[in-house]
Amino acid sequence: MSDSVLEIRDLSVGYTTDRGTLQALRDVCIEIPAGKIVGIVGESGCGKSTLISAIIRLLAPNARISQGSIRFKGQDLLGLSSEAMRKLRGDEISMVFQDPMTSLNPVLTIGRQMADVQHRSPSPRKAKNARSLMMLERVGIPDPASQLDQYPHQLSGGMRQRVAIAMALMTEPSLLIADEPTTALDATLEVQIIHRLQQLQADFGCSILFISHHLGVIAELCEEVIVMYAGAVVESGPTASVFSNPRHPYTQKLLECDPARMPQPTRHLPVIEGNLPDLIDLPQGCIFSERCGQRIDRCLSEPPLLSGGLHRAACHLQTGEA
Amino acid sequence: MNQAKPQGTMARTFQALKKDPLGMTGFVLVCLILFLTVFAGWLAPHDPLEVDVHNRLSSPSAEHWLGTDQLGRDILSRVLFGGQVALKVSLVAISVAMGFGLLLGMLAGFGPRWLDRLLVAAFDTVRSFPTIMFALAVIALTGPSLNTVIGVIIITSIPVYARVVRTQTLALRERDFILAERAMGASTFRILRHHVLPNIAAPLFILASMDVPAVVGMEAGLSFLGMGVSPPTPSWGTILNDGYSYLRNSPWPIIAGGLPLIAVTLGFTFFGESLRDIFDPRLQGKDR
Repeated sequence: MSDSVLEIRDLSVGYTTDRGTLQALRDVCIEIPAGKIVGIVGESGCGKSTLISAIIRLLAPNARISQGSIRFKGQDLLGLSSEAMRKLRGDEISMVFQDPMTSLNPVLTIGRQMADVQHRSPSPRKAKNARSLMMLERVGIPDPASQLDQYPHQLSGGMRQRVAIAMALMTEPSLLIADEPTTALDATLEVQIIHRLQQLQADFGCSILFISHHLGVIAELCEEVIVMYAGAVVESGPTASVFSNPRHPYTQKLLECDPARMPQPTRHLPVIEGNLPDLIDLPQGCIFSERCGQRIDRCLSEPPLLSGGLHRAACHLQTGEA
Repeated sequence: MNQAKPQGTMARTFQALKKDPLGMTGFVLVCLILFLTVFAGWLAPHDPLEVDVHNRLSSPSAEHWLGTDQLGRDILSRVLFGGQVALKVSLVAISVAMGFGLLLGMLAGFGPRWLDRLLVAAFDTVRSFPTIMFALAVIALTGPSLNTVIGVIIITSIPVYARVVRTQTLALRERDFILAERAMGASTFRILRHHVLPNIAAPLFILASMDVPAVVGMEAGLSFLGMGVSPPTPSWGTILNDGYSYLRNSPWPIIAGGLPLIAVTLGFTFFGESLRDIFDPRLQGKDR
């Protein structure tokens, strides 16, 4: 219990809209053990971004946390003042964003921005620059000294994302949140960045919460995976177990749709029929029931709970089997 | 890092200016105007207030390069010293207006919604008066003086700067790198100072450069109407007014008072437009 870096219990977040409350997250439970990489997969709109925003408390003004707790190293984050929360961000919790083209300030040099991230450190500019250099080297940027004077637009996408990672790890955080950090990069770079992250995680001993919709990346990088659908966790567990033996029909479908897992090449990529349920007017039973091919009567009336040991899923079918 | 930037902004700007003939013209004109007015005390051949009634409304000569006015004062000297008034007004008014505009614009752009609405309403209120009418009303109350002119220009220019700053700040606040800064624990003040300000500094200075002619024209206009500097202090506006009264006798005062206004307008506008192209971040680092 005490060795988990982040522990989210029953977290529900809603957005106030004209039509009513949009329940973006419902009863989400997530645990990130110290020194591990945990992946979150899910399609667009499944609540990944809301979850991140809730953790670092940068939710949109119309969002409200209706219940639950977020504990970071045993400390209740929701009870912290916004000032205390700000001190935590970029120190104990930091973040890498999806698009390295836009996540760096275009008019400041890399060196200036990297020194800026160290604004809490009292050390002189020279020491900060030395630290920036060291970090750039560790994320695998060639000739880091000359990069410090470059502007972001003078670097390639892969280089920029490395810079962003270097900046995020600068303060040696306990938790790094990576929000689809490789989605905007091409495949070869993706692999490089993933391996670099893996190595950095081992060096720094931090935990990483890795958000992606790329199953291959999750399988490669993460020890544990959480599958989210329409604002709820539908399955979670050790990556190997979830990927080889998916218990929730959504996870099964998701894996079937991964082109990398197709037994033979095809022009007709499979899709999951149907659409996401309306998060303002939720179905009574299971949220996936409308699109599920294995639906039974119970699915329409009663929402399934997340159950199981290490490998958990929220499906009536699996409880029936187990 | 401070010394490791030989190809700095200045050098880069100058390189780009060289390739832009219109911008270079503007730059040269601006430098010339600044030089002539700053050193008016040394350059002026005569005392601008020295009356010579025997030599009234004379045409250009070796003694008086631009002729003399109705009191026999040397027009060239008056134009040079008039430039000092014009530049003093524009420098003071624009820098103060820019400062307040920056502050209020950032407040509106980054602050809470109600504050934004309030400030925008205030900007619109000030801008809804025609500037000249506003100036005349204020001057009618306080009496003509250069400080009143500066004050009026400051009040009417603040919304111009504040609006630009607000728009830019609003656009920036949704950008990923600002969100990234927040996620890295930067305070609002830190974000404004280190991330918003450097991003809006360039457009702001360009706006200021383009605003110089408007302010100079405003000062000349008010002085022309007798609402600005009081005689006998030379100003381009009073020179024009004198020339206007004696237009039938000599065209020289009008020409001498009008030319510097044209030079300032063209110079600062060309220069400002050129700077705008150079600093446009979308064009930065690309071959143009």
